[in-house]
Amino acid sequence: MQQYILQIIYLIGSVTFILGLKYLGNPSTARKGNLIAAFGMGLAIFGTIFLYTDSNGEHLGNLGFIFGALLVGTVVGWLAAKKVQMTAMPEMVSLFNGMGGACAMLISIIEFRHLTSTHTADAMADGVNFFSQIPKGFLFTIIIGMVIGSVSFSGSMIAWGKLSGNVKDKSFGKQQFINIGLLAVILGLAYWDIMGESANTITIFYAILALSLLYGILFVLPIGGADMPVVISLLNSFTGVAAACGGFLYDNKVMLVGGILVGSAGTLLTIVMCNAMNRSLLNVLIGNFGGGSAAASGASAGATGTIKEVTASDAAILMKYAKKVVIVPGYGLAVAQAQHVVHDLELLLESEGVEVKYAIHPVAGRMPGHMNVLLAESNVAYDKLVEMEEINAEFSTTDVVLVVGANDVVNPAAKTDPSSPIYGMPILDVENAHHVIVNKRSMKAGYAGIENELFYKPKTSMLFGDAKKALNELVSEIKALG
Amino acid sequence: MLEFINNNLQLIYLIILMIFVGIELIGHVPSVLHTPLMSGANAIHGVVIIGSIIVMGQAHEIVSLILGFFAVVLGTLNVVGGFVVTDRMLEMFKKKK
Repeated sequence: MQQYILQIIYLIGSVTFILGLKYLGNPSTARKGNLIAAFGMGLAIFGTIFLYTDSNGEHLGNLGFIFGALLVGTVVGWLAAKKVQMTAMPEMVSLFNGMGGACAMLISIIEFRHLTSTHTADAMADGVNFFSQIPKGFLFTIIIGMVIGSVSFSGSMIAWGKLSGNVKDKSFGKQQFINIGLLAVILGLAYWDIMGESANTITIFYAILALSLLYGILFVLPIGGADMPVVISLLNSFTGVAAACGGFLYDNKVMLVGGILVGSAGTLLTIVMCNAMNRSLLNVLIGNFGGGSAAASGASAGATGTIKEVTASDAAILMKYAKKVVIVPGYGLAVAQAQHVVHDLELLLESEGVEVKYAIHPVAGRMPGHMNVLLAESNVAYDKLVEMEEINAEFSTTDVVLVVGANDVVNPAAKTDPSSPIYGMPILDVENAHHVIVNKRSMKAGYAGIENELFYKPKTSMLFGDAKKALNELVSEIKALG
Repeated sequence: MLEFINNNLQLIYLIILMIFVGIELIGHVPSVLHTPLMSGANAIHGVVIIGSIIVMGQAHEIVSLILGFFAVVLGTLNVVGGFVVTDRMLEMFKKKK
């Protein structure tokens, strides 16, 4: 009876995941969708704790430990999610994704230990190689779940480190080949282990674990920081597949549905993101970006020349007497927490009769939609955020473009320089405007690690300084103009 | 191999259907929502926690118990953190007057 109720709970849970994902795809229902999925998840978790019975009809034990672990996870997760700055959101998603991957990895390890301890005793008595007696499908699911889970775990940790600036891009020659070789070794060992032909099944299992963790690190390490959103999205779908392996293991439909949904939706989302940057997934995956940009930054060192600096008061005059100003926000705005000041600037200019819009590049910041989230936080009206295709047609009638902490998304090399690693990525054509004011902290290259010739154009003037400070100065200068 | 597929035919059907559902659901999403969507999907794969609860509930020796405890903690982090972060992002999309 309880078992039937649990299956119905799992059914409800599966439906909430599907509905939740569907609602998440529309701005007006997104929040509801998230809550629906969360409700279904809670139901499935508590249903499992109280109603799950194994094949002998026994309930789960260790309830004290389970609730203890739930409590610890809930408190830590809740606080971390509530306290994190809006700017650090991408890192946080990556971190939580890694936790899910690690969870899948641990499940596989425990199941394997369980498997070996029960089967060893039986086999000892019979004097046969015990692994040849384990159903291959079962072992396959355990090992695949562990491989995917651990790659997702270690990869997410590296992605998290990169986004928070603790881990630098690193690649060495022929790394792609080493990665592919490593993957082949992992798959080969897994095959060997599953076929049960070796006497050292247990050793091989842990070797696969270690190599998978290593692979996750090597997989993400060479990929440039600008590609991290794509990588996180991909690792996200990996974790989904790892969760689905668990569903297979326990014949648990809700795990299977949740895992596969995220796996397929996540993969599609990854491809959509790649398309937004006009690059293929393969190109991102083999770590071409990181390696290529190092060479390219040397090659495009020719993009030097004289830059023109502008003071806040000159920039203020330019903007106050403009008819139309377009603000291009980038990661620099997020880092400086300047979303509120930029909104103040917008309101001030509007009160002076200037038309103000925001140009949102699909991959501005560290994640697609990052800028929308950030600016929405400071109450910038939704319709002021204009997407790239639309705003590009308007730059020729724009008097002043203010680029705040964005770099690669306005780099004309994406259109003109076939050797550039970002060549082919659609960009915001800010150079069509009458004036371009670029606010940056320094002349340092952007996340792709390449020079930006926009800064050397005669139309461009540089307003150096931290985004928040510079924008504050702009606001007070415009006010001072009366 | 054939036996494995036959024994799990129901699950395999489910997997294939869910792949299509997942693709259909994400097909026409505006790029504005990519980040919350990724974050929401991230929370949903936290369903892996159910597996960790099951292993934890059946663990009998100390090492499995410890590993299981960590698995449940990590899974909970994924679920709770994932949904709360997504909610915080989406809170900002609420309609302006």
